[in-house]
Amino acid sequence: MNSSTILLGTRKGLIAYRATDHRWTVENLSFEGEPVSIAYADPRNGMWWACLDHGHWGVKLHRSPDRGATWEEVTAPAYPEGEEVRDGMPATTRYIWSMAHGGRHYLSKLWLGTDPGGLFLSEDGGDSFRLVESLWKHPTRKTLWTGGGRDLPGIHSIVLDPRDEDHLYIGISCAGVFETADGGRNWETRNKGLRADFLPDPASEVGHDPHILVAAPSNPDTLWQQNHCGIFRSTDGAKNWQDVSQSEGPARFGFAIAVAEDDPAQAWVAPANADVNRTAVKGALCICRTDDGGKTWKDFRKGLPQENCFDIVYRHALVSSGDAVAFGTTTGNLFFSPDRGESWQTLNNYLPMIYSVQFTD
Amino acid sequence: MPTVKFTYALKRHFPGIKDTPARGSTLADILREMDANYPGVKSYILDEQGNLRKHVNIFIDGTMINDRVRLSDPFSENSEIYIMQALSGG
Repeated sequence: MNSSTILLGTRKGLIAYRATDHRWTVENLSFEGEPVSIAYADPRNGMWWACLDHGHWGVKLHRSPDRGATWEEVTAPAYPEGEEVRDGMPATTRYIWSMAHGGRHYLSKLWLGTDPGGLFLSEDGGDSFRLVESLWKHPTRKTLWTGGGRDLPGIHSIVLDPRDEDHLYIGISCAGVFETADGGRNWETRNKGLRADFLPDPASEVGHDPHILVAAPSNPDTLWQQNHCGIFRSTDGAKNWQDVSQSEGPARFGFAIAVAEDDPAQAWVAPANADVNRTAVKGALCICRTDDGGKTWKDFRKGLPQENCFDIVYRHALVSSGDAVAFGTTTGNLFFSPDRGESWQTLNNYLPMIYSVQFTD
Repeated sequence: MPTVKFTYALKRHFPGIKDTPARGSTLADILREMDANYPGVKSYILDEQGNLRKHVNIFIDGTMINDRVRLSDPFSENSEIYIMQALSGG
């Protein structure tokens, strides 16, 4: 993947940084002042998407074919009339929390994950989206899905298998990981080996809090998740999960995780203080990396603030591409590493709260 | 004929929006009418289940409406219907 652009969704707009001769400068600012929950560049066609969370006017969706020079509003995902989150609570789109393209064989497909727990699919390039009823009608939804991070359940992760584009995983807080092998018609829970310490039964089939779920591009049967209760890895397509958190050390609680494009055993996390503080560990920022599938972790701090620091990294705000790694923080700091996280450059200290980060061309 | 007035905050999203006379006999009718004049504006004011959005208010002749779900508050031939945002956030 090329990584000459970093696309940011922030509390006050969409911001694009572009590298020229190793120097990062702002190329585009769109929707100034508006919360952008996810800024997404579709790698198939270069279309930029902005998922807006207007405080007053609701959730909106815009797309740009020309790197943010012009934008077009498209119809935002909407729940069908009469649908309910729970009995007596009407379902409306409260937040768009994830976006993913539908693959190289399904060029017109796009997936969206929302709060309050609905997955949406477009089959016309994003002109319209429909609720994926099979998941919405999953027998566990009304009784076992709960809020986590947000007041109501939300889909924050959509992971497409590049070998078979009808095969997807999604991550829901709080419900866990679900898998479909048939393009979303049927769903299986995939939470074996996870631990939900906050539930009466920590090994419950549903009710887990995977903060973010990712698959290794070089081996999509290897999946990683930064969970509320630790860092977990699966090497068998999410059938079984192993806890790979550090027993002593910072790599345990956090929100974000990224996995190397070329090595399923290499991943990064951004540790935070659990559970009620949600601040940087000991007032210092570090990124931890494992090169051996989570057996050992190293923390890297060179170039990152080591005192009086309160930053944490939200779930969509840590990414890698080749040797490049980038992350954005809750206090508006944006950092870039050219060497797989071993040293860091500050791109900006004065951004709004950063919700999403993506490398793109 | 009632007149619909819009908060200036909607101008950002609908640059041509202005005071607009309405023919409808219910608020719901009037909002559909406004959507025909300013395509998409209804989705800024109501959610997809037809309820008034949490941080949007409608005043009829200076009084905030009571029924945010069925939009049944009455108005008269000469009413001013003011659509505004609640002040919140930072």
